[in-house]
Amino acid sequence: MAARLVTTRGAAITGWGTALPDRVVTNTDIMTLFETSDEWIRERSGIATRRVATGPFITDPPPHHPPDGLGTTGQLAVAAGREALAASGIEGSDVGLVILCTTTPDQLIPASSAAVSSALGIAGGAMDINAACAGFTYGLVTASSMVAAGLDRVLLIGAETLSRATNWEDRTNAFLFGDGAGAVVVEAIPGETSLLGWDLGVDGSLVPILYADHGSGMVMKGQEVFRRAVRATVASATLSLERAKVSADDIALFVPHQANIRIMDAVADRLGLHKDKIASVIDHTGNTSSASIPLALVEAAKQGRLADGDLVLLAGFGAGMTWASAVWRWGH
Amino acid sequence: MDNDEAFDKFKQCAVEVLQVEPEKVVLDAKFGDDLDADSLDLVELVMALEESFDITVDESELEGVTTVKQAFELVTSKL
Repeated sequence: MAARLVTTRGAAITGWGTALPDRVVTNTDIMTLFETSDEWIRERSGIATRRVATGPFITDPPPHHPPDGLGTTGQLAVAAGREALAASGIEGSDVGLVILCTTTPDQLIPASSAAVSSALGIAGGAMDINAACAGFTYGLVTASSMVAAGLDRVLLIGAETLSRATNWEDRTNAFLFGDGAGAVVVEAIPGETSLLGWDLGVDGSLVPILYADHGSGMVMKGQEVFRRAVRATVASATLSLERAKVSADDIALFVPHQANIRIMDAVADRLGLHKDKIASVIDHTGNTSSASIPLALVEAAKQGRLADGDLVLLAGFGAGMTWASAVWRWGH
Repeated sequence: MDNDEAFDKFKQCAVEVLQVEPEKVVLDAKFGDDLDADSLDLVELVMALEESFDITVDESELEGVTTVKQAFELVTSKL
């Protein structure tokens, strides 16, 4: 599919889908790993259950390469992507680019989007974006830009198997993470783009407060991350609102990265957004990094919480520390 | 700002962030037992205090802070 440079083309989300691994891990399950309690986990994170594809609760790991499994980042991405394509009424061959946002790729080389592209029959290019938990919002800005640059359709997926990067003996954070994927089709439309305002940022001096080395689990200074996350997200979201020339009152749905309900509430409160406007899936997904915003966005869409013309505020933040926010007009 | 003014400001932050009655915010109150605050509540309180008093509190300085008196003295030491 030849890309042509067109500078005044809009982009809209026309289809969406999600995928979660089958295994539900409860807080009672987590209590078999170390000293903790359901109440303690719920109070500090808002998480009741999460889904996992790997780790101590998977006794019989599925093989990596059946086409329809849900055991890897790529497989979760394919399942979510397939649903999004169907919802949009298109085939993989109609898509000019697949962008897979992930911080837990299946291999060092190649990008996980390569196998995803093949499984979905994508006609054009494929690339991974790793911007940690801000990944999907980075991806949405990138997808919109590629549409402006001439592509007709981009398949944008956030998919993770954070269970692979979890230190299952660390009682301070192992209960936080889960696996899953969400996907949207970003399509060219005549007229104005749906991306009304956006902000991308990173402060690489903060790598030491949240990271995972090759082959080992996540290390996180939780309280420091909490403070930084709240402030960075509020600052970024405020910039996006300003750039979109709208106020918090104009926002119909706030879709923050689902890291911890306490961070989500603190950010909404500081932005002047009522709690009812928060899209939240964290109680049953945990923190799924790049997948969390599309999981929450798609669940809200499926529940009928979004009408054409509604303004959606997306805001992600994570390791790096990296952050991203966008004001998006729903519908097409 | 004298000590009473500073404590009033401190109390206002605690009441808003921890959602407790003002009468409960006294010097010998323990965050956990008396104000029902967990570690993340304390982080949020410190953020509010940083913004309200225009100070910076490092993560390491919070270790061992369990009472209102300790937190208030930490704040006033920076004014």
